[in-house]
Amino acid sequence: MSQYVLRRILIAIPSLLGISVVLFVVLALAPGDPFSELATNPNVPADVAASLRAKFGLDDPIYLRYLHWISAMAHGDWGFSFVSRMNVDQLILQRLPATLYVVGSAQILALLIAIPVGVFAATKPYSLFDQIANTLAFVGFSLPTFFTGILFILIFSVTLDWLPLVYTTDVKGTGIHWVLEMIRQAIMPVAVLGLFQAASMTRFVRSAMLDVIRLDYVTTARAKGLGQAKVIVKHVMRNAMIPVVTLIALQMPAVFGGAIVTEQIFRIPGIGSLLISSILANDTPVVMAVTFVFACLVVLFNLIADVLYGWLDPRISLR
Amino acid sequence: MAPLLEIKGLKTHFSTDDGILQAVDGVDISINKGETLCVVGESGCGKTVTAMSILKLIAMPPGRIAAGQIIFEGRDLVPLTSQQLDEVRAKEIGFIFQEPMTSLNPVLTVGEQIAESLRRHEAVTRKQALERTIEMLKLVQIPNAEGRVHHYPHQFSGGMRQRVMIAMALACKPKLVIADEPTTALDVTIQAQILDLLQDMKERFGMAVMLITHAMGVVAETAQRVVVMYAGKVVEEALVDDLFGDPRHPYTQGLIRSIPRIDLASEHKTRLEAIGGSVPILVNPPVGCRFAPRCRHAMSICTEKEPVLREIAPGHRMACHLGDAS
Amino acid sequence: MAGLTLASPSAERAVYSPWRETWRRFRRHRLAVLSAFLLLLLILAVLVGPFLWRVKINDIDIVAGMQGPSLAHPFGTDDLGQDLLARMIYGGRISLAVGLAAMLVSVFVGTLIGALAGMSRGALGHGLMWLTDLFLSLPPLPLLLLLIYLFRDGLKAMFGPEGGIFILIVLVIGGLRWMPVARLVRAQFLSIREKEFVEAARALGASPVRQVVRHILPNAVGPVIVAGTIDVAAAIIAESTLSFLGLGFPPDTPTWGRLLYDAKDFLDIGPHWALFPGGAIFVAVVAINFIGDGLRDALDARRVI
Repeated sequence: MSQYVLRRILIAIPSLLGISVVLFVVLALAPGDPFSELATNPNVPADVAASLRAKFGLDDPIYLRYLHWISAMAHGDWGFSFVSRMNVDQLILQRLPATLYVVGSAQILALLIAIPVGVFAATKPYSLFDQIANTLAFVGFSLPTFFTGILFILIFSVTLDWLPLVYTTDVKGTGIHWVLEMIRQAIMPVAVLGLFQAASMTRFVRSAMLDVIRLDYVTTARAKGLGQAKVIVKHVMRNAMIPVVTLIALQMPAVFGGAIVTEQIFRIPGIGSLLISSILANDTPVVMAVTFVFACLVVLFNLIADVLYGWLDPRISLR
Repeated sequence: MAPLLEIKGLKTHFSTDDGILQAVDGVDISINKGETLCVVGESGCGKTVTAMSILKLIAMPPGRIAAGQIIFEGRDLVPLTSQQLDEVRAKEIGFIFQEPMTSLNPVLTVGEQIAESLRRHEAVTRKQALERTIEMLKLVQIPNAEGRVHHYPHQFSGGMRQRVMIAMALACKPKLVIADEPTTALDVTIQAQILDLLQDMKERFGMAVMLITHAMGVVAETAQRVVVMYAGKVVEEALVDDLFGDPRHPYTQGLIRSIPRIDLASEHKTRLEAIGGSVPILVNPPVGCRFAPRCRHAMSICTEKEPVLREIAPGHRMACHLGDAS
Repeated sequence: MAGLTLASPSAERAVYSPWRETWRRFRRHRLAVLSAFLLLLLILAVLVGPFLWRVKINDIDIVAGMQGPSLAHPFGTDDLGQDLLARMIYGGRISLAVGLAAMLVSVFVGTLIGALAGMSRGALGHGLMWLTDLFLSLPPLPLLLLLIYLFRDGLKAMFGPEGGIFILIVLVIGGLRWMPVARLVRAQFLSIREKEFVEAARALGASPVRQVVRHILPNAVGPVIVAGTIDVAAAIIAESTLSFLGLGFPPDTPTWGRLLYDAKDFLDIGPHWALFPGGAIFVAVVAINFIGDGLRDALDARRVI
């Protein structure tokens, strides 16, 4: 197993490098010099601009520039944000927890909804419950997160006034009150992102369950007199989760897209809203770094999915 | 003496897009204690559906037991709920499936899959269940049972997996074991080993065996009594010697002629015979005898009236109009 | 369990032509038929709408600002008193056009890459599949934002503010969604390449291009149509998302996403401003997705990723 994990990590490294190449090529191909406005930007001291130009070696051949850039990134030198007046890596570290908190909670919410609903729908295919669940799932993933977000604000903040409109990191109060307030302000963003995820996950779970439920070994299990619940949980679900893990991993890029939108709507100070504000402020180092961090997060979650996959399927990890 | 299992007038139907498929259409089969009964017929004749109907292992819906009784030790199994049947499954009636490659759960160790049956039906601890499982694996002659018990199905060969399936079916010492084509998916050399093992186990545990097969060679080797099925119906039933010595139904005769005879080949050079045509699709089956379109003795009555199963000699029954003439 | 496999009944059914059979199966999916009708209505509305509803999209009338739906303004007005119905008809044209154009881009790129990867057995095929997997793990929205950030000024200078951003958005959205199509086409190639009729064509001396165009691509059409349909919906969402983040079309171009972006700060006094464009996006997307689902059933393309 540990050998398998190690191999997956080694496979993740080329993807990371590939992503960095893609990002760098995009930057290099961009028309004009992305640093040209440094010269005219009054916020940037002249020596900073000069040292940046030197560091990026803008007159070197492209592969040298890439090597400079990637080695600087690897050394933790991610540049300096002219707008926030601090190092990019510090800025991102400051913003990352909020994003991970919201995205992580949303994933958990999605799983808590999708697994029971998908499993139950698959045990009674084409029943009323199945049809309703299916239609709702369809509607759910056709509803863009920015629209559900606005609907939620309209209903729960504006009309009912139950939940706070804006997310904040410095919640007032201490102890249990602080915890409750943190949860309360996260309800809407987590629900928006989680429900969107749950919709597609429910469909994955249902169709994977239906694929497994008609297999021979499920009949074997039923022939042992184990009982419906045990057959479903121990024999069907365990096997159905294997493809579901892969499909969820494939969804991760879209999840982070949803996170950007949610952070923007609810003004959560995470890296998604940082990306938007940096783009609006032409803060190139931050834009590049945040995009790279998003890509790294996707690779990381794929790695986690691979490890889960190996844990669920002994045929893989023992090979 | 009352038979161990008696199937009376069983009809199992499947609803399809094109109408009701009458996979099993009025089957009577009985098995005595400690007996080996073979059910033979081509693929699609309803043997497997009959066997799966006994423990309601068919998919319902679209499947449905439309009529009949399945009496096991004096109790009708048909009206039982799936939950009530769980007490019979594995404990009273064990099942061995056709495909050892797909009938074992790939993500659980073979030991776990045998032990869960024991834990379900008997008051044993986890440790006792493991010991009994190893014991069963030894009985079915799996080498290094103590180590193999923790292995996954993909680490076993086809023949070894079928041994595991047998161990699983026999773990709770059922009174009846239903083996659905247990050797079809295996190499010829392994087939004989598995049949021997099954025979061996039968003698050791004294259970009855219902062996489903399409291979007449297997029938001749293992059966005491034989039931021949065609297109969802029983067409002939006899003790094994009577059936091979004096086959009455043209379909049975065809099946026996289709066995290669190495011992005769050199002298007589008889051609191996095949039965022309194939099993009809059982949605809206033809009127009259279902074998008539393929039967070389077909008469006009065969396409008008359905022959009934009746006794033509003690313990020998068949359903064909040919017998009426004599 | 071989005994349980039901004999295929289709052999006995009257043989229809493939397209009639497809239509027959599509009709059975009632929600898909309803969706197709809704979508046609929507397309008709944005095409014919401007001729029937002749209010200008940028007639400013501050006094009539933030009004709810009325006879004069069926969808109400925004803060400047501009008519929302007229603006939505205009925006709908852009949203639907972006969706269709981006789908064409993604299907074209996907088919090209999938066909190349399917035809070459060597390093090129492996390389292209690695590239496909790499693109699948790129987070599309951040990348979309990055590309627009880097390229918008250049294209704006070349094609004007609206045309430039249209080309950019279509290329970028299409260019980040070709991977499922490429995988589908490649899978078709691998499974069909060895089949008899292609072997026969090869034996008869058909050129590789001819083999691909005449024999292999037509077989991949079903799954690709389904993937393409879903791509339209995804592209509409992507464009709306960009506009909603304020990074899509210029502020004076009222796409549905842009309308939502402008409306989101006035939810308390003018909820209609957000609800109409949001509802329009939702209806378009859900309808297209249902049509895709119906097509999947009808074209028997269950294996779509």
